[in-house]
Amino acid sequence: MDIKVSVREAPGDCYVVDLSGEIDVYTSPKVKDAVGGLIDRGVYHLVINLEKVRYIDSTGLGVLIGGLKRVREHGGSVNLVCTNPQIRKIFDITGLVKIFGIFDNEDAAMKALV
Amino acid sequence: MNQALENAASSEVVELRIPARAEWVALARLAAATVANRLRFSIEEIEDVKLAIAEACTAVIQHEDHGEFIQLRCEAAQDSLRVRVHDSGRHDVATDHQRMNFDEARIAGLGIFLIRTLMDEVSYDVHPQLGTDLLMVKRLAGAPA
Repeated sequence: MDIKVSVREAPGDCYVVDLSGEIDVYTSPKVKDAVGGLIDRGVYHLVINLEKVRYIDSTGLGVLIGGLKRVREHGGSVNLVCTNPQIRKIFDITGLVKIFGIFDNEDAAMKALV
Repeated sequence: MNQALENAASSEVVELRIPARAEWVALARLAAATVANRLRFSIEEIEDVKLAIAEACTAVIQHEDHGEFIQLRCEAAQDSLRVRVHDSGRHDVATDHQRMNFDEARIAGLGIFLIRTLMDEVSYDVHPQLGTDLLMVKRLAGAPA
């Protein structure tokens, strides 16, 4: 069990965080460090790509919520790319679909960044 | 198959004891998923069970007074899976959130919400000396409540 995190710059002062693996109580600190590190550097427009994430729990959701809360304080936004129906279901039942922009592909998520 | 064999096959128990640390939660959810798979739950239902068990273990680990180990007991009956997550630590789930900061409480609340949403029955058994049991039941689709 592991999570792979990679960060890349994208056009328009935004960054994409690619995640691959499982996000749980053990691995979520690594995601938090990556997202928090970008925000600390003044990056407030993020796309977090969950296409290769097989599992996420409440600690993973907490990291995403925490990141969104921080960027919104600076007028930023976080959009998610999510195609896994099980992951999408977690966002649905927790109501997080209402606070995150969730898209089927990265292009759509990038274009929708405010 | 005689009755004794039928009964044995209809209720099987798997028990697992893991250190109450984050790196072991994956093993707990893998074990629960394996038992759920034997019950012919759908893939989606198995994912529900995995997440609920992991949330239960995570709730234990994130509590400052948790015990050294988490004990997991999965009982596979003919039409349901019963899971008991035992923490020997002394705490009251109902008041835990009062000792957390806002963000911790919000995430812990999310975990409890997920457990209650994904499982068919959820109950707590809190004992001052013996610790806390979280009992969860997931029924096969179509099984009577």
